[in-house]
Amino acid sequence: MTAVTTEYPSKAKSSSLWKSLRSILASQEAILAITLLALVVLVGAANPRFLAERNMSDVLQGNAYIAVAAIGMSMVIVSGNIDISIGSAIGVLATMCGLIATETELPVIFSWLLPLLGGALIGAINGFFVAYLRIPSIVVTLGMLSILKGGLIVYRGGETIYNLPPDFGLAQLRPLGIPSPVWFMIVLTVLAALWMRYSATGRSIYAVGGNKEAAMLSGINIRSVIMKVFIINGVFAGISAVLYATQFTSIQAVVPPGLELSIITASVVGGVSILGGTGTVIGSTLAAVLLRAIGSSMVFINVSPYWLRAVQGVLILITVLADILRRRQLRRH
Amino acid sequence: MQPLLELRNISKSFPGVQALSKAQFEVREGEVHALLGENGAGKSTMIKLISGLYRPDEGEILLQGQPVVFHNPRDAQAAGVATIYQELSLYPELTVAENIFMGHAPRNRFGMVDWGAMRQRARELLASLNIHDMDVDRKVGTMTVGNRQRVEIAKALSMNARILIMDEPTAALTEADVQQLFEIVRLLRERGVAIIYISHRLEEVFLLADRVTVLRDGQYVGTKPVKETREDELISMMVGRTIHNLFPKLPAQVGEPVLEVENVWRKPDVRGVTLTVRAGEIVGLAGLVGSGRSEFAQVVFGISPADSGTIRVNGKRVEIKSPADALKLGIAYVPEDRGTQGLIRQMNIRENVSLAVLRDIARNTFVNRKAERSLAERMIEQLSIRAYSSDQVVNKLSGGNQQKVVVSKWLASKPRLLIMDEPTRGIDVGAKAEIHRLISELAQQGMAILMISSELPEIMGMSDRILVMRGGTIVAEYSRDRATQEIIAAAMMSEAAPETIVPGNAATFESAAL
Repeated sequence: MTAVTTEYPSKAKSSSLWKSLRSILASQEAILAITLLALVVLVGAANPRFLAERNMSDVLQGNAYIAVAAIGMSMVIVSGNIDISIGSAIGVLATMCGLIATETELPVIFSWLLPLLGGALIGAINGFFVAYLRIPSIVVTLGMLSILKGGLIVYRGGETIYNLPPDFGLAQLRPLGIPSPVWFMIVLTVLAALWMRYSATGRSIYAVGGNKEAAMLSGINIRSVIMKVFIINGVFAGISAVLYATQFTSIQAVVPPGLELSIITASVVGGVSILGGTGTVIGSTLAAVLLRAIGSSMVFINVSPYWLRAVQGVLILITVLADILRRRQLRRH
Repeated sequence: MQPLLELRNISKSFPGVQALSKAQFEVREGEVHALLGENGAGKSTMIKLISGLYRPDEGEILLQGQPVVFHNPRDAQAAGVATIYQELSLYPELTVAENIFMGHAPRNRFGMVDWGAMRQRARELLASLNIHDMDVDRKVGTMTVGNRQRVEIAKALSMNARILIMDEPTAALTEADVQQLFEIVRLLRERGVAIIYISHRLEEVFLLADRVTVLRDGQYVGTKPVKETREDELISMMVGRTIHNLFPKLPAQVGEPVLEVENVWRKPDVRGVTLTVRAGEIVGLAGLVGSGRSEFAQVVFGISPADSGTIRVNGKRVEIKSPADALKLGIAYVPEDRGTQGLIRQMNIRENVSLAVLRDIARNTFVNRKAERSLAERMIEQLSIRAYSSDQVVNKLSGGNQQKVVVSKWLASKPRLLIMDEPTRGIDVGAKAEIHRLISELAQQGMAILMISSELPEIMGMSDRILVMRGGTIVAEYSRDRATQEIIAAAMMSEAAPETIVPGNAATFESAAL
């Protein structure tokens, strides 16, 4: 091989260090963290009440259930799919959670665990249609959305569940003084991030989303990867539903309007490429917190909170634009 | 004679890359001027400057001696520049006539599209290219690549192109289509069209071009009349050094059969293939596009499993139902199209290289990062992949280095049988020689290699044995010393001389020919 090799200019160590530092700073996660910090500092300066412990706790806690659901959603999107039934699934699973607690004699822990199983089942059905019958996920989950949403209305007629048992409020617990939803959000995000990055299956999810055909030719079982992703997503929807259901003293048995959009927004703004193959759950969690922080800021600087949706929209457009520009730069080498 | 188009002292840079640096180029009326260079030499950038996609940082473009500035592709088109890209840019759902006149359809006096005139003029244009058998009402998406390319050429002429840029026009064509393309190019040259011809295949340059300009690393190396140069001179101009041997075939010990295939069918493309590949042996599989050679490889690798027939690996009969099955049996497959089938572009070298062995280097579900990194670094070393680290994203590598990453991925699985489909397509000469050397070394170490290629010099230079496929079956077999380009090409395209037909395949060959 020596006869034909050419010299390759070896880059100086310092420049590659700078390069990696720069690429970390340019990552979506870093941008979100910096934006979040800047927002807190600026709004805090404008109105110090924003920094009150009570409000900071609300900023962290308020979107925790969205962040948890966005973990699963991010995996689905990284794999090159999408799940628009997730909001309806959370509505159904939250109702299931409340009904198990009020209408059965089962210990309260079952009302927390069975929705996870229910979520896994919904995910398995979605996954089966996408992976084995090869129907585009947007169509499958659109169908699932209508079934769940319609089913819930027929079954419960939108009535509210009261009389929840006293020990039911999982989301109201505060271990070590920190609200339990925040614990769930942080622990699950870290575990999922490690699993996505370092496990063989996590790697396969990126491979399938990045280039399905190349992944298949590399011996990766695409069907099983997609199936797993949807089941995991269902479980996270279940956890999210339990956090949602147990935060107050009653549960309204309807699908929270626009919930799937908030979750998808967290993933996309978190840097998960809508085209599949890139993104992390750390990004989506940071984005979920950032969106809550923006909503909260609006109150403190006297902007109508109705602007929140518009701001979310702008953030989505900016993020997707940045993603596309990044891809273009990659392509032209 | 004044050149029709001239580029003087052209420079163009992108963030981090000097794509062209004080380069020059010219083309005259009625000339086929070939543009040569390795990948990354600046050919594409130059074409994009001429076709108005980029603007130069420095230097000027002259059209008939007058400086011009192309702000966008429309300006270039108006000046008579037309480009035929590798990926054709036609609308598959529209007809031939509609595609030809897209954007400038003839109008009637009410300002509506004049369909009659459009069809008529499309027919005339095609006839002027000696194409008489094409239905102008047919949807382009239903036609062969060769025919689509002819439509593309007609489209360029409909815009009165005086300068025609052809970027690797033969890359996806069958041999017969290549011949017809050459005739069209010669016809256009006679008519005074200036043709800029880009190809990796040097033989085409000698067949077709009048002059050739070589670029290297963004710089102008030189221009030569084709009659006054030779292949090895052009190669050394392109790579800046002398390549001693493009086909470094080493003698290898041929051992036991690794793959034995008997009468394997997979309709409609694979119709009764019988062949054997032994340890240490390189078997070259030649055939036209559509002869079933790639489809056969996909059968062996389990992408489209066999309908019938038997496959033995290491003497044991096996069922291969998926690529995962094939991998377990020690079969690896370097696919034809590394972009869509080989690489995951967003991933880095390390992650791509470990993809086929993820389960083996993962302990307790987690990937062993140390093992992964050392595997990638070993491959970078062994295949001389030019990258600053194993963390480099593969998209930023040159074509040749990308191909080496794909090959690495498969070598990591320690295969006993390596199937390579067009292992050196679209990569530059230097990397080509390196990959050939590697193939040769792998065979020497006892790997069985089945190499599919459209390039006869590659087939002849690398193989111990050459099999020719046509109509889904093996129609001829030659040993290394008996093969000549002529008899292989003859067997690929038509009736092979009777005595060269492999006896075991004669029957299926005849039935396939019906």
